[in-house]
Amino acid sequence: MKVNLRVWRQRDAVDKGRMVSYVVEDASEDMSFLELLDVLNEKLILSGDEPVAFDHDCREGICGSCSMVVDGHPHGPEKATTVCQLHMRKFSDGATITVEPFRAGAFPVIKDLVVDRGAFDKIIQAGGYISANTGSAPEAHSTPVPKSNADRSFAAANCIGCGACVAACPNGSASLFLGAKLTHLGEMPQGQPERWERVVNMVETHDDAGFGGCTNTGACATACPKEIPLDVISQLNHDYLKATVGGRRKKA
Amino acid sequence: MSYSDYSVGAPVVDKAAPDGPIETRWERRKFGVKLVNPANKRKVKIIVVGTGLAGGAAAATLGEAGYQVTSFCYQDSPRRAHSIAAQGGINAAKNYRNDGDSVYRLFYDTVKGGDFRARESNVHRLAEISRQIIDQCVAQGVPFAREYGGLLDTRSFGGVQVSRTFYARGQTGQQLLLGAYQALERQVNAGTVTMYPRHEMLELVVVEGRARGVVVRDMVTGEIETHLADAVVLATGGYGNVFYLSTNAKGCNVTAAWRAHRKGALFANPCFTQIHPTCIPVSGDHQSKLTLMSESLRNDGRVWVPKQIGDTRDPREIPHEERDYFLERKYPSFGNLVPRDIASRAAKEVCDEKRGVGPSGLGVYLDFDDAIQRLGRKAVEAKYGNLFEMYERITGENPYEVPMRIFPAVHYTMGGLWVDYDLQSTIPGLYVAGEANFSDHGANRLGASALMQGLSDGYFVLPVTIGDYLASNKLPEVTPDAPEVVEAEKAVRDRIETLLSINGTRTVDSFHRELGHIMWDYCGMERTEDGLRKALELIPELRREFWNNVKIPGTGAELNQSLEKAGRVADFLELGELMCLDALHRRESCGGHFRGESQTEDGEAQRDDENFSYAAAWEYTGRGSAPVLHKEELLFEYVHPTQRSYK
Repeated sequence: MKVNLRVWRQRDAVDKGRMVSYVVEDASEDMSFLELLDVLNEKLILSGDEPVAFDHDCREGICGSCSMVVDGHPHGPEKATTVCQLHMRKFSDGATITVEPFRAGAFPVIKDLVVDRGAFDKIIQAGGYISANTGSAPEAHSTPVPKSNADRSFAAANCIGCGACVAACPNGSASLFLGAKLTHLGEMPQGQPERWERVVNMVETHDDAGFGGCTNTGACATACPKEIPLDVISQLNHDYLKATVGGRRKKA
Repeated sequence: MSYSDYSVGAPVVDKAAPDGPIETRWERRKFGVKLVNPANKRKVKIIVVGTGLAGGAAAATLGEAGYQVTSFCYQDSPRRAHSIAAQGGINAAKNYRNDGDSVYRLFYDTVKGGDFRARESNVHRLAEISRQIIDQCVAQGVPFAREYGGLLDTRSFGGVQVSRTFYARGQTGQQLLLGAYQALERQVNAGTVTMYPRHEMLELVVVEGRARGVVVRDMVTGEIETHLADAVVLATGGYGNVFYLSTNAKGCNVTAAWRAHRKGALFANPCFTQIHPTCIPVSGDHQSKLTLMSESLRNDGRVWVPKQIGDTRDPREIPHEERDYFLERKYPSFGNLVPRDIASRAAKEVCDEKRGVGPSGLGVYLDFDDAIQRLGRKAVEAKYGNLFEMYERITGENPYEVPMRIFPAVHYTMGGLWVDYDLQSTIPGLYVAGEANFSDHGANRLGASALMQGLSDGYFVLPVTIGDYLASNKLPEVTPDAPEVVEAEKAVRDRIETLLSINGTRTVDSFHRELGHIMWDYCGMERTEDGLRKALELIPELRREFWNNVKIPGTGAELNQSLEKAGRVADFLELGELMCLDALHRRESCGGHFRGESQTEDGEAQRDDENFSYAAAWEYTGRGSAPVLHKEELLFEYVHPTQRSYK
């Protein structure tokens, strides 16, 4: 199949950037979208051009590296699918496809489709963990966890930290990412001792990193390749209110 | 003298290995290590390269202990290391099922599963620690699958008859890695760990015979930086990508380990490669990687091909009596749950007989029809839903309706840098953890044991044993202007400059694909003397062409993904040669290493314990120059080598 691509090219963080058109004549419908870019890049290199830079690694939808907006959708139009798992059979022959980086104030572009998502690590550093030094753990079965809690925790822990939620949000908010981690840890009995401290610290770091506020558009959950449920944001708001207005957070 | 004229050097001896009753060895080793005074730990610098289960766990734990840790990963975040993609689970001898499991049984299964080519002491320690790992991960909030009573659920995996595999749906690696990642980020916040994402290690700094630092490239700016320390830990994963197509992430590479090898660390059993039986078949030349379908699927899926050659009917129209459930037929007691090496080879055999399925004929069916009828679609969905969805996304076929098509693919490498019981390589101060070392799986790794080993090394072994080195040696200060440091940095710059100046006519990927074909054809599921000799001619030729004809656009002073790949492929082109030599010299079949010349009458791997009961540790002597073989004899005091039987 033949595909027309319009790809965002940007030399580095300071370059203004522009859309550039390419044609790939020999695409196959069994290719993944990233394999299509591989084919394009091989051609670009041989013709003396620079290949399109993009983040990718596992190519099986779990590492969260790949991060591009395809035809206006983070990870492309296919529901619950990262762009590395998006296959060309979902496009028609002769289609024109637009490819851009994830765009958000807190995700500056490094080059072409590669953005800096380091702010996500900072949010986790602020409290996205349970403090349990190696060796200090009690016997695993000493703390039973009701299956319903474990399942909800897992559904939230499923987040791959790709940032599609931020790219989809009109405010560039990372509330879905935040809510997912707070729900993952907050559903577990092990997560209770630090629960109120955690939410306040993570939210503050989120805001300082330049992410916007949540206005409940739900675009994040629609774009999320792992279908993190929107109610994790309700959990975030609930915990944040309880911790602050409700006074649960004990100042150190 | 040709490369295959290797010489045999002095045996390599594991001096850290304790003797005495096996169940007391780890306890006694822990008591034997010298301790670093807590106040002194703050002054000790440790570099950890790689942030997968082993590296992430080690960096976090060393940070908790109070050391100054510097951690590097090539990904944009430590959370993305490829441990994240492990699906099935993690073994632990908890015996929560009361099905006769024990530390000793896990030890026994692992030694046997590894086809008697692993060190008993290491494996026993791994089995002991397995129980602590589950405790630790639960404390971190890892959302393992649970039963309605709130207790942990387990499932079965290949090569064993107990249910000891803990899991978090089909994403166990992800959840365990996030646990380690969060522990790591907690230490970043505490100031004990300094994290450098998007940094790739390109050289090891060795001063007066000791590992004292690394040279890394900042992959965003291209800047070459040297980081010095008192000890270096490599937790940089396996080298399956030497085959180009594998289940590894695209970025997985051997460069850090290979650079250490070139600096004197012995590389052990490089030919021990695991070919995983259940991957999605190749669909065309554009294929950039292979996707694994978790081994756990073999709990309920049945593997078959048509009995008749050339039977191209829709699989649903082939009646049961015309199907060959070849694993159940050949191995009635383990059936579809035979170990990976055996399942892979059996699939290759039926495809060689031209009974393979799918457009390429390189595939077998994995059928859930019986399971769906027995358990209901809902139950199957709850267990394997995400795997079924992934399969459908990639192939466009619905596995609830049509049987999956699967084929073996390169998945894991049991070989790696040689380490002693303390996980120290032959370069003092250089420790190696996780898949990057060779220590625990012998010639074949059992399913759900990689996660166990990575976390055992990272959380519980290395943080203890490394202290012994740090407390026992007075390390002189190394300054950035030391000649060895300057030389290491210069080597990195020169290499990058050379690569960029070639400006030939072929892309890096084209070389990588060609190398992958050579490795798969001659050093894949079945190896022969003739094939390996052929590969040993082809690889140096390809390497020469690479260094004369590769084309890398751009410069070194920017994000340059072609340059990154070129450095990795250059090292694969050296490693591939060593793998073929190792496979050639080992004239026996064992585990994942199947030599066509060494098989039993019914086609099973025929070990030769008299001549090959050793780990082969190779010493580098220069690019393309014959290496020196150092043997570590393996003693089996507890599990006596027998012909592995899963029949």
